[in-house]
Amino acid sequence: MLGDIKVELTGAEIVVQSLIEEGVEHLFGYPGGAVLHIYDALYKQDKLQHILVRHEQAATHAADGYARSTGKPGVVLVTSGPGATNAVTGIATAYMDSIPMVVITGQVPLPMIGNDAFQEVDSVGITRPIVKHNFLVKDAADIATTIKKAFYVATTGRPGPVVIDIPKDVTAHKAEFSYPREVKMRSYQPTVNGHKGNIKKAIELILTAKRPMIYTGGGVILSNASDELIAFSQTLGAPVTNTLMGLGAYPANDKQFVGMLGMHGTYEANMSMHHCDVLIAIGARFDDRVTGNLEKFCPDAKIIHVDIDPASISKNVKVDVPIVGDVKKVLSEFNGLLDGDDRRLEQSAMQDWWQQIEEWRSQDCLKYNNSMESIKPQYVVEQLHEVTQGDAFVSSDVGQHQMFAAQFYGFNKPRRWINSGGLGTMGFGLPAAMGVQFAHPDETVVCVTGEGSIQMCIQELSTCLQYGLPVKIINLNNGFLGMVRQWQEFFYEKRYASSYMESLPDFVKLAESYGHVGIRVEKAEDVRQALEDAVGKYKDRLVFIDFIIDREENVYPMIPAGAGLNEMILI
Amino acid sequence: MTKKHIISILLENEAGALSRVSGLFSARAYNIESLTVAPTDDASLSRMTLVTSGTEEIVEQIMKQLNKLVDVIKLVDFTDCSHIERELMLIKVQATGESRSEVKRLSDIFRGKIIDVTDTSYTIELTGKGDKLNAFLTSLSSITIFEVVRSGVIGICRGDKTLNI
Ligand SMILES: Cc1ncc(C[n+]2csc(CCOP(=O)(O)OP(=O)(O)O)c2C)c(N)n1
Repeated sequence: MLGDIKVELTGAEIVVQSLIEEGVEHLFGYPGGAVLHIYDALYKQDKLQHILVRHEQAATHAADGYARSTGKPGVVLVTSGPGATNAVTGIATAYMDSIPMVVITGQVPLPMIGNDAFQEVDSVGITRPIVKHNFLVKDAADIATTIKKAFYVATTGRPGPVVIDIPKDVTAHKAEFSYPREVKMRSYQPTVNGHKGNIKKAIELILTAKRPMIYTGGGVILSNASDELIAFSQTLGAPVTNTLMGLGAYPANDKQFVGMLGMHGTYEANMSMHHCDVLIAIGARFDDRVTGNLEKFCPDAKIIHVDIDPASISKNVKVDVPIVGDVKKVLSEFNGLLDGDDRRLEQSAMQDWWQQIEEWRSQDCLKYNNSMESIKPQYVVEQLHEVTQGDAFVSSDVGQHQMFAAQFYGFNKPRRWINSGGLGTMGFGLPAAMGVQFAHPDETVVCVTGEGSIQMCIQELSTCLQYGLPVKIINLNNGFLGMVRQWQEFFYEKRYASSYMESLPDFVKLAESYGHVGIRVEKAEDVRQALEDAVGKYKDRLVFIDFIIDREENVYPMIPAGAGLNEMILI
Repeated sequence: MTKKHIISILLENEAGALSRVSGLFSARAYNIESLTVAPTDDASLSRMTLVTSGTEEIVEQIMKQLNKLVDVIKLVDFTDCSHIERELMLIKVQATGESRSEVKRLSDIFRGKIIDVTDTSYTIELTGKGDKLNAFLTSLSSITIFEVVRSGVIGICRGDKTLNI
């Protein structure tokens, strides 16, 4: 172990050795002048695989997908200037969804900083508002400790991206290397254990509930607390809803699951939220897409909120019992208290509550008119679920296809649904799927996308060929920027300003020219076969299926802006 | 209800720490009335004092968001505790003819110190709470003011309570 003996290395070698010490296996990046020393050091070793993407945005999304699907931090290396600015969208995407990521950006040599040197940008300044923390390393002797700190900050507390900016001359200088075993930062000590008193208070409150509701978000997934959530929910027998970010934390096929909530959530989830008397919010942040109009939000509920980030508590909605802590730990404490207590929720009240919920559920709010005359996007996603036994990793982009995937795939396991919920970044899907496939080479990885979104990072088809990534691209092609068109249909009297996609490429030929399999599907009866071929006949190939779908299908149900959760528009 | 709050922050004395705080205020549209920062007796630490205003909810968020910054070690809202606050003001005024003695007299009343003198001007140093400095400025209404420099507020808890690591 290099950590034990002191050796003199160049800054570049220290970077690479430190990443190896951190257990990094995949580094997503793109070279350039300021990081050439680091690339040279990468060339001389074989423990760490560098993956050459085709655009730095894709490097960050790929690292992000890797992180979301494994829980391990994603790692990125880009050059100064344009390399760093291209990475910004991916960093912001990870920041909004609290994804652990370490991004190393090259910088111009120290003496040139501030001189408007070639390919100089203030990377620390540009990324400051979209990172959990960032560093500028000015001395080769500081590289190892900085990397140690970066991984520590990125992966603990509420996770997030950390940027390390390293000037080129610092990577050339030599310094003694020994990788620190631990790190302590007096200014950074996240609270992980929930307040005992408040945990007891929460349980007391929960046990008085007549209409309890469990609302969970991405925090449950980030904290690997799915098992604890399932145990907790099943002990109580209460309904569970997941946010877009939280899908898969609770199995979609369980009867206690009432679906996703929020703007395009289910009627039963939103109505249960609105009418509950005790709301148990876990690892969720009361996002505006979830709460609808705050003034009308959960009018009768006492609210318990468990979150690792104190700043998330009482930010949008005032809560009655705040618990700052790691969701997994707090849920275990909840479960421990319930196990040692023979009190349970009042049976007759729960019967009434479930009867009411079943009534809402019987509205069948996700029903759609599946005439088979045209291809319905919902149908494609349902078929995809069947063909992959609901067990695939599914990434997506942003738009109607994303909502259809979220509503219809039915995620039964955490870390299978990989989507940009917070920033809503079109172009995320394909590179994120690459990252997932690197982490899970033998699993089925699908990217559900639209013809608008896929074109934002389409160049990555080339990366997929280089590394033999058999991602399945499900292009729900409606010829529109569908989600934009839907809003224009509803709120702008169908004035479709710039939401029509003209001059689309022939995606089949495009896929083929990149060396992949392209399939076009124009009839509903051909959907199933194409999907089966993608995971069967072409199992080891990237398959791009261009589904020509119903052009003006809308996402229902929907909560219009300004409305409460009980004011959904059903189809 | 919007109220003024004085928040004192102990943070790592590192490049960029100040911009993290000021960036937070602009990004989240919080209001900043004044901000002062300097190293403490421990050169690795900076002490920052900022004056902001907002409703109780907003100030609670400000405190939490500040705490979340990786460089921030500790902070205190002086509104919650008995404290001493001070601000330093340097003021250069016209001092000719009759106004020369009038300025001297007013400065004495407010316990200011004249720290620089020319044939036509005085420069006065005054410390105190913000409202005292404001009152002094008001008292000079008939005098020509050339320049005013204020340090922004700093503060410290009364008694044994400290903001320290
Ligand atoms: C980078 C970026 N630019 C713009 C948007 C705004 N936007 C949200 S959805 C959408 C349309 C997406 O169209 P498409 O990918 O074809 O998917 P569809 O809605 O048709 O399924 C747009 C433009 C965005 N989310 N991200």
